[in-house]
Amino acid sequence: MSVTDDKPAIKRPSGFWSYANPVKFLGFSERILPALWVLSAACLALGLVWGFFFTPDDFRQGSTVKIIYLHVPSALMAINAWFMMLVASLIWIVRRHHVSALAARAAAPVGVVMTLIALVTGAIWGQPMWGTWWAWDPRLTSFLILFLFYLGYIALWEAIEDPDTAADLTAVLCLVGTVFAVLSRYAVNFWNQGLHQGASLSLDKEENVADVFYFPLLVCIAGFVLLFFALVLYRTGTEIRLRRTRALLARQGRQ
Amino acid sequence: MTALLYRDLMLALRAGGGFGLGLAFFLIVTVLVPFGVGPQSELLARIAPGILWLGALLACLLSLDRLLALDWEDGTLDLLATSPLPLEAALSIKALAHWITTGLPLVVAAPLFGVLLNLPGPGYLWLVVSLALGTPALSVIGTFGAALTVGIKRGGLLMSLLVLPLYVPTLIFGAEVARRGAAGLETTTPLLMLAGITAGVIAVMPFASAAALRINLR
Repeated sequence: MSVTDDKPAIKRPSGFWSYANPVKFLGFSERILPALWVLSAACLALGLVWGFFFTPDDFRQGSTVKIIYLHVPSALMAINAWFMMLVASLIWIVRRHHVSALAARAAAPVGVVMTLIALVTGAIWGQPMWGTWWAWDPRLTSFLILFLFYLGYIALWEAIEDPDTAADLTAVLCLVGTVFAVLSRYAVNFWNQGLHQGASLSLDKEENVADVFYFPLLVCIAGFVLLFFALVLYRTGTEIRLRRTRALLARQGRQ
Repeated sequence: MTALLYRDLMLALRAGGGFGLGLAFFLIVTVLVPFGVGPQSELLARIAPGILWLGALLACLLSLDRLLALDWEDGTLDLLATSPLPLEAALSIKALAHWITTGLPLVVAAPLFGVLLNLPGPGYLWLVVSLALGTPALSVIGTFGAALTVGIKRGGLLMSLLVLPLYVPTLIFGAEVARRGAAGLETTTPLLMLAGITAGVIAVMPFASAAALRINLR
């Protein structure tokens, strides 16, 4: 971070990487955050109201099918939040941008809540449909393991005092954890046969959910994605300000 | 390298409880299980492979925080980091020493404890084979957890939280081998998967462990 005297003209990064500058990042996120909040709230309200009140009941599942509007988007975001943490950790390891490490830190609690929502809504749906709150089905089990990985990641961030060491170690844990999470996913598949239905939203398959359910679901997914981005940007901003406050306090204490 | 291995083994021997403690823990877990689930021998025979694997895993976990903590406190790790030996190699040796002092006794003692849990006849061979193949992976993965948490005061509990999810694939395939073996079924597939995990982990994990340790030593 230090600028040496013999190089007066430093090359300013442009484009995407310029947002590694916390000031620029904060300015940008503050400009788009209100729009993100409004858009995500609108999408969620539209998708949920449409889904809950203006779609027909499924002929076998009755109205329990409607929990799909919470279950599927949250499950999707639970996995994508970890993926985002992985990318942010890689950027931190390779390019040492503090904003990236803080974004990974900010995403973890959001991801853990998404995982929890997916597990809980799944259990609520499973009780009337499968006759049980919980089954050791591969998908359910791998989500529980993902939840444990999130817990470990957050706990490691909390346990280490030095912020740079914490960022480095959690980044390493995130990389290793990703490999093992994927490995566990396939190991669990091998271990037990599934009760959970297969993918029903894939783009390349014939058998998907009917269009009546599909479109409100897409709106809900968009809402969850926007909500995730809004929350992560907001929390990253908080982390940046927190660190800045600490730096100011430390400087004051030294005088 | 051999000197480091010799030193670690000697330390574990002389400090007392290096070999014994994990083994005793394993025994206690095995003894407590029938109290928890009841003494019916057919039930015990059914859950024996899983219980034995779980007990071995927990015994391995228990001894992990001593793997690096003592060397961290007295500065040995700093010396190791500055020595010509790569840190990756040093950590592999430490994992090997941990396996010899913890994993190997568990493998040897497991058939004995299998008798306590009424393990069916064909299960003994497969239990020993699966443990012998799987426990090195537990030691190597555990070294990563220890390297990650070595700088943290009272990091033992945190390390369990970090390491246990990483043990999931090893446990699944290892227990599957033992279970299928005890039931007299085909064991080739899980056995190959277990061997693959162990080989892959031994090859790659020391790099992650060394990276984590370097960050902590900085």
